[in-house]
This record gives sequence, C-alpha cells and structure tokens, in this order.
Amino acid sequence: MLDNLIIFVLAAFVGTEILTKVPQTLHTPLMSGANAISGITVVGALVAAGMTPDPWSTWIGFGALVVATINVVGGFLVTDRMLKMFGKKKASPASVGAGQTNGTPE
Amino acid sequence: MKTAIIDLTYLASAMLFIFGLKRMQSPVTARSGNALAASGMLVAVVATLFIQEILSWPMILAGLALGGLIGVVLARTVEMTAMPELVAVFNGFGGLASALVSGAELARYTSGDAVGFGVVSAVTIALSVLIGTVTFSGSVVANGKLSGWITGNPISFPGLRVLTGLLLLGAGGAFGVMVANAPVFPEAPGLMIQGAVGLAGAALLLGILLVVPIGGADMPVVVSLLNSYSGLAAAATGFVLDNTALIVSGTLVGAAGMILTVLMCDAMNRSLANVMLGGFGGDGGDGTGPDVPEGKTVNETSPDDTAILARYADKVVIAPGYGLAVAQAQHEVRELADLLEAQGIDVRYAIHPVAGRMPGHMNVLLAEANVSYEKLYELEDINPEFSSTDLAIVVGANDVVNPAARDDEGSPIYGMPILNVDEAETVVMIKRSLSPGYSGVPNDLFYANNTKMLFSDAKEAVAQIADAVKEMEEA
Repeated sequence: MLDNLIIFVLAAFVGTEILTKVPQTLHTPLMSGANAISGITVVGALVAAGMTPDPWSTWIGFGALVVATINVVGGFLVTDRMLKMFGKKKASPASVGAGQTNGTPE
Repeated sequence: MKTAIIDLTYLASAMLFIFGLKRMQSPVTARSGNALAASGMLVAVVATLFIQEILSWPMILAGLALGGLIGVVLARTVEMTAMPELVAVFNGFGGLASALVSGAELARYTSGDAVGFGVVSAVTIALSVLIGTVTFSGSVVANGKLSGWITGNPISFPGLRVLTGLLLLGAGGAFGVMVANAPVFPEAPGLMIQGAVGLAGAALLLGILLVVPIGGADMPVVVSLLNSYSGLAAAATGFVLDNTALIVSGTLVGAAGMILTVLMCDAMNRSLANVMLGGFGGDGGDGTGPDVPEGKTVNETSPDDTAILARYADKVVIAPGYGLAVAQAQHEVRELADLLEAQGIDVRYAIHPVAGRMPGHMNVLLAEANVSYEKLYELEDINPEFSSTDLAIVVGANDVVNPAARDDEGSPIYGMPILNVDEAETVVMIKRSLSPGYSGVPNDLFYANNTKMLFSDAKEAVAQIADAVKEMEEA
C-alpha cells in the first residue's frame, strides 16, 4: 500500500513536469491521447472478465472490458487522426486541394 | 516468477507511456509519441493475456472485438468539430470502466476467488467506484450539453445545492458502511454490497448535478476536469488491484487533466470553485440581439468592403471563436488566408486558450483545414503584434476580444486575459447580431470607431470575402 502511494506521488511529479510543456496547439490531442492511456483499466477488465470463475465478476468485467477497449482503440486512433493533420507542413495553395500531404517529421 | 515477468512488462508499458507523452511536447514528434503510447498499451494487454491463465477466451475475445469495433467506428467517423463531444464520451467510458473493474473485484472477493480483503481494500474500492461513477455520469451530461441534447444554458432549480449536499452526505455514508464492514467481509457480504451499490447510485446522481448548472461556454474547464477524474479513477483502480501500471498511467492522465483545468481557469481569470458552482452564462445569443445603446453607433460593412481592406493590408490577424466551429467555417477561412498570402500579405491566427469548447479546439479545426500550426499564435505571442496589424478579422469570437475585460473594473469578466484586437488599425467582426457573448457582458468593441460589423453567418461571410478577393485579382 505504502509502495503504491509512493509510486502515485512520483508519477504525479513526472506527469506534471512533462505535461506542462505541451503547447496549447496540442491540447486536444493530449486529452484524447491521455484518455486512451487511462484505458489501461482494460488490464484489470481482462482479469475480471476472463480469469475468474465467478459469474458476477465475469459479467461486470465483460462490461468493463467493452468500454475500456472502446477507450483504448478509439482514443489512440482518433488522436492519430488529429496528429496526422498537425504534422502537415504548410501546403502550397495549389496542392491544398489534394490535401493529403502527410506529416513528415523533421 | 510469472508475477515478476508481468510486473516487468507493466513497467515497460508505463515507461512507453511516459516517453510517448513526452513526445507530445512538439507537433513534429507528437504522432510518433501517440504510437509509442499505443504500443505500451499493446504490450500490457498481450502480457496479461498470455502470461495469466485465461478461463474464458470467448468472453475476452468478444469483449475486445466489440469494444474495438465501436472504438474504430467512433474514431473514424467523428467530425473534427465534434471532437469535444467524443472526448467527453471517452472520459465517461474511462470512468465507467474503472468503477466496473472495482465492482468486479468486489464480486471476486465475495465468491472467494480473491482473498485477503482488508480496510485498505474497502477504501480503495469505494474511492474507485465513487470517482469512476461521477466521471461517467458527469461526462454523459457534458456530452449532452456539447452536442445539444441538453441545453447549453446553466440548469438550476431551487434546492439544487441542498440536494447536492445531501447526496454528498449519502455517498459519504455509503463509503463509511463499506469501510466499517471490511472486517466481516466476505463472510457477511450483504452490507458491503449494499454500500457499494448505494455509493454508485449516489455518485451517478452527483455527477449529473455537478455538471448541469455549468454553462456551455465553461465546458473547456469541465471536460479537462473530467479528463483528470478519469485518470484518477484508473489510478484508484490500480490501488484496488495492486497494479503499478494502472497507478502510473492513471496518475499521468490525472496530472494532464489537472494542468489543463488550471490553464483554462487562468485563461478566464476565474477559480475552479467559481466555475463549478456554475450559473455563469449560457450558450450565447439567440441570434436576434439587443438594440444599439443610445449615443453609440455601429459601422456596418460588407464582404466586398472587407475584401478591399484585406487585399490592401500588409498584415492580417484572424481571431476565431466558437462561432467558427458552429458554422464549420475553418475551410473557408483557410481559403481566404491562402488568397491573401498569395499576394504577399502576412496572415496569422490569434488563438485564445478558451476559444471553443475544449482546450485546443480551434487548433484542431484549423489543422483539419490544413493551416500550419506555425501560423497559430498563442495569446501572449500575438498581443504585441496587434498594434502593427492593419486588419483583424474576428470570426465568431466575442468575450475573448472584449476590451471590458482589460479596461472596465466593474465588468464581471474584468481581469480575463483577452486578445487585443482593438489595437489593430481596423477590426472586422463577423457575427450574426449584436448579441452579447456567453458571459452576457455587452461588448463595446461593436461600437468602437475602428470596428466594422459584418452581420452574417461566419462560413457564408468568409466565403463571400474570399470570392471578392478573387474577383479583384481577376479584374
């Protein structure tokens, strides 16, 4: 328990340190990406849904598994969709119609 | 041995999450960061599946397939303008998943499948159920307000505060029952389970009552806060399951949401308590608007005149607001900017932190329209530029450019940092009417000598200006 508390506090410091430096322009993808990460509960849901003989636990766990998976899959995909747009360098007016000049990290 | 391997893989996942989030510090690396975080998730899931003993594969595969399918459809089909709604939904699902996992854990103890229940288990399960459920119902209401099936105006009724207080007491009582019954659980599970169900019920109502009194335009704060809660719920579940991966990732998300919450409150110069108590402003005007106050005059302009102003400017700054999102005018704005830039005119965008309905809302919309993020300027970077700006075009923004926030000490929005568009040579405000913004505070910028009002739908107006600029080129 005490170990967990220490991990919690240290993670809070690390998180604050890293995330205050995220620029305003990326705040929406940061939220949706962070959200996908909080879908880590899927790990607990897997244990509840598939690794216990108790029917109550299995069915409640199944519900958790479905919503957590939506969070993980949907969250990462939609974040990627947004970040793909941000990676785009300024397209010249002529090529804008084509639109699909995907991000090229420097 | 098995647990050691699992714990080490979870550690690897947590590290991938941290590296991934760190790459979010720049738009250039952000996409790879997201991929890194996703791979961390994959590692955690695969390790759990293959190292632990699975009793019921069909159950797991069905759950993963169903959730995955819904996730793919949601992520692929959502409009960029509807991103705040989707993030609210995801926040809610995160909270719900955490509460359910803790509920399932309680069921495992009840059936004797898990052993070693103690007071700490009771406290952590209760916390996880409480935070998770409040996040869920609060997010559902937030989604309703954002997508319009619940009014964006603050909802209040006599006794709302009293009811909220009673529910808090009820939740506290249920919490207490669970903790008090820890020593006799699972031998006598009755009160523990009733306590958990009661707590979930109270939390469900609490989440609703906490969000309904908050006005639509305060949603950036609410969405950020619920984001934070969804992370904290996952962290609490990590305490329940004694799982480091959940604690670390949940805490990271909690920190992200909290940072954004504070940023949003600062950008409105209001405390979190002030926002949460609600009742501030609604969704904005009804489109009719008040009459012009006595002694003040409105300079009306047309798309053609605006086009001339823009065409002969050296520097144009565009300040978008929620109206741009509502009208979905981002593509038209980009088109206009392209035309002007082709003439060698310096075009920039001024983005206020709370413009829109969630942090970074305007940035996402403009990115969708192919505007380079390098042209988007934050408040402190663009404000010194206005004095050398020939034309500022305000598209669907109001309170965030209201000079009263800077000059009028008696104004309710006094102290809120604003975009100083009024310092530009000429300001064109594209707006449907003279109605005040969500704050209900009148905006003197409408009547300023250097302001011209263009009464129109944002999308239509910007498209007409662009057409007029095009015609000037052809003529």
